[in-house]
Amino acid sequence: MLDLTFLGETFVTLIGGIPLTLQLTALSVVSGGVLAFVLALMRSSRNPFLDVPARFYIFAFRGTPLLVQIFIIYYGLSQFPALRQSVLWPFLREAYWCAAIALALNTAAYSAEVIRGGLNAVPAGQIEAARSFGMTRALAFRRIIMPLALRQMLPAYSNEIILMVKATALASTITLMEITGIAAKLISQSYRPVEVFVCAGAIYLALNFVIARIFSKLQYALTPEKREAPATASGNRIEEARHV
Amino acid sequence: MSERLETSERLETTGRQGAAAVELRDIRKSYGTLEVLHGVSLDARDGEVISILGSSGSGKSTLLRCINMLEVPNAGTVTVQGETIRTVMRNGQPEPADRGQVNRLREKAAMVFQSFNLWSHLTILENLVEAPVHVQKRDKRECLAEAEALLERVGIADKRHHYPAHLSGGQQQRAAIARALAMRPSIMLFDEPTSALDPELVGEVLKVIRNIAAEGRTMLIVTHEMAFARDVSSRVVFLHKGLIEEEGPPSELFGNPRSERLQQFLSRENRREP
Repeated sequence: MLDLTFLGETFVTLIGGIPLTLQLTALSVVSGGVLAFVLALMRSSRNPFLDVPARFYIFAFRGTPLLVQIFIIYYGLSQFPALRQSVLWPFLREAYWCAAIALALNTAAYSAEVIRGGLNAVPAGQIEAARSFGMTRALAFRRIIMPLALRQMLPAYSNEIILMVKATALASTITLMEITGIAAKLISQSYRPVEVFVCAGAIYLALNFVIARIFSKLQYALTPEKREAPATASGNRIEEARHV
Repeated sequence: MSERLETSERLETTGRQGAAAVELRDIRKSYGTLEVLHGVSLDARDGEVISILGSSGSGKSTLLRCINMLEVPNAGTVTVQGETIRTVMRNGQPEPADRGQVNRLREKAAMVFQSFNLWSHLTILENLVEAPVHVQKRDKRECLAEAEALLERVGIADKRHHYPAHLSGGQQQRAAIARALAMRPSIMLFDEPTSALDPELVGEVLKVIRNIAAEGRTMLIVTHEMAFARDVSSRVVFLHKGLIEEEGPPSELFGNPRSERLQQFLSRENRREP
């Protein structure tokens, strides 16, 4: 039978895991995003010394399970005495930082391809126009290419962030008490996996609903050109949309 | 071949009046093993309106794009207002030696493209002030006022807060012309400005170009519009297979074409035109 009191208690307990879930997501999305941007630029380079390492990185991190990456970083790195002596050790021995690093490295590989796709989708003619007016490469990138690429890649990037929210669940495997970690603990105490996981699932659903809404609002705000034209004195509207 | 003017002869005929705005000397351009320009020399004096004609593949757009270095010639020199653009070979490809020099040149020679190439994330007004403010570092308020006046002039002042996607092709091209004018260029380059337009929209764009030509700005226009070329240009150049086949005042070229190529070309184009 449905035990509303138990569901309610479970729900309240699981809510305590939301901050850690969001922290891991934010930390990995931000630092992974920076790395992804660098990787995307390397991938777009004609220099093989930049392109090939980026290619290999993306191949390796997309081709192996995130769980394996987390385990390698959490269990594997401590094998190296040099690392244990290093200044990084205070971070690398913490499950929290290991999870954040693994998630960041993983999302960087996927996001790099999203960013590269966005950059490639910028119409060549608009870049050429920018250059033809005397813009330097840097200015054209900042004023024309990046704003256009951002609009192109937003839907795919919001997808990646939603995947990251869900991927933080794997951090529970290395002792972190985020939503799924707390859920697993509750189950081992109560032996009621269905109610607990339904609650956990509902919380992830709510989080991702909010994220999807934020991104669709952002997309709407950034693409006024996709909406109807404002009314004018002459009153004529879209006659043709040949120019995309 | 005998009809073709020798370079030295042409220099004599063009060197007399006005300072040279653009001087092209023996321009060669190849893509891989394919050479599309086989050594073209062309001078445009200040205030001249030159139409460049030729069938597709004749290299006319490539020649125009060499002037602002969107295509870098493999050989020959481009001189704009007395300043010769320096190029170097890097990994077998020609490149400008000094990008700053090229960018300064591009501020002086604004281009209008066949496919408009307005920036789709900016409104029409923002398109007009983008380069003047960020490249030329001019005062934004002054640029906005000037842009409004330019939009008024090309007849789309009511579209200033619209995005390019909201405009018809003809309106987009008029906006693109205004964007080029906003740079206060001394030279305007038109690369088939009406070729991507529906026939009923060609007239409005040509009207605007005629209007600008009357101001005495140096213009080079690659076009297929024969009637337009005939009455707007001070000189017409006919390009065939990467070489200048014939050039002269429009009355001469259209009225009395000497080379067989041009005669064929004109009869073909006349049949196409209503």
